[in-house]
Amino acid sequence: MEEIYKIIAALFIIIGTLLSLVSTFGLIRLPDVYTRNHAASKSATLGIMSILLGTFLYFHYVHGHFDTRVLLGIFFIFLTSPVAGHLISRSAYHSGVKMWEKSVEDDLKDAKEKVYMKK
Amino acid sequence: MFEIIVKIALLGTSISIVGLIYRLIKGPSIHDRVIALDAIGINLIALVALTSIVLKTSAYLEAILLLGILSFVGTIAFAKFLEKGEIIERGRDI
Repeated sequence: MEEIYKIIAALFIIIGTLLSLVSTFGLIRLPDVYTRNHAASKSATLGIMSILLGTFLYFHYVHGHFDTRVLLGIFFIFLTSPVAGHLISRSAYHSGVKMWEKSVEDDLKDAKEKVYMKK
Repeated sequence: MFEIIVKIALLGTSISIVGLIYRLIKGPSIHDRVIALDAIGINLIALVALTSIVLKTSAYLEAILLLGILSFVGTIAFAKFLEKGEIIERGRDI
């Protein structure tokens, strides 16, 4: 029974590592701050949550202690990492970082102009 | 078998951190660097978890919470500073 849980934990860890590597590849190759932010905040979060879930399963079923700290870490990362990505992207837009020249749509620009016209 | 897989995962996470350091040095704007720093902080959490599996101890797992909180607060502070020029606003604008 222990071996089955080890295999499940190893699967989670491998999936997490692959997602983390994919996130790094996106951060190196993508052309723009905003697209890079997508790569960094989504897939890295999912990968790290998967690795931590594998760690939790390993310590629970192999060593036999239920580790609340890892669960709290999963919850905290799930809560904070997308918020941090959103705030960085918003800060980059408002301080005027250029988009990629092949980008086709900028909805926030029109919304900002409407607000300034009202004022 | 499980130990080999965990060591491969350690290697992959380390390679991922090296790639992020490339973006941290080269990044055209400051926001790229902040994004890379945030991702490095998150990958360090995975390194701590995998290291505690390799060493078969759960003593290092507090560092996960600590790194998560520090990375989040640092990113928020950088975002606010780059957008507004100050981190803690003291004015009473109504």
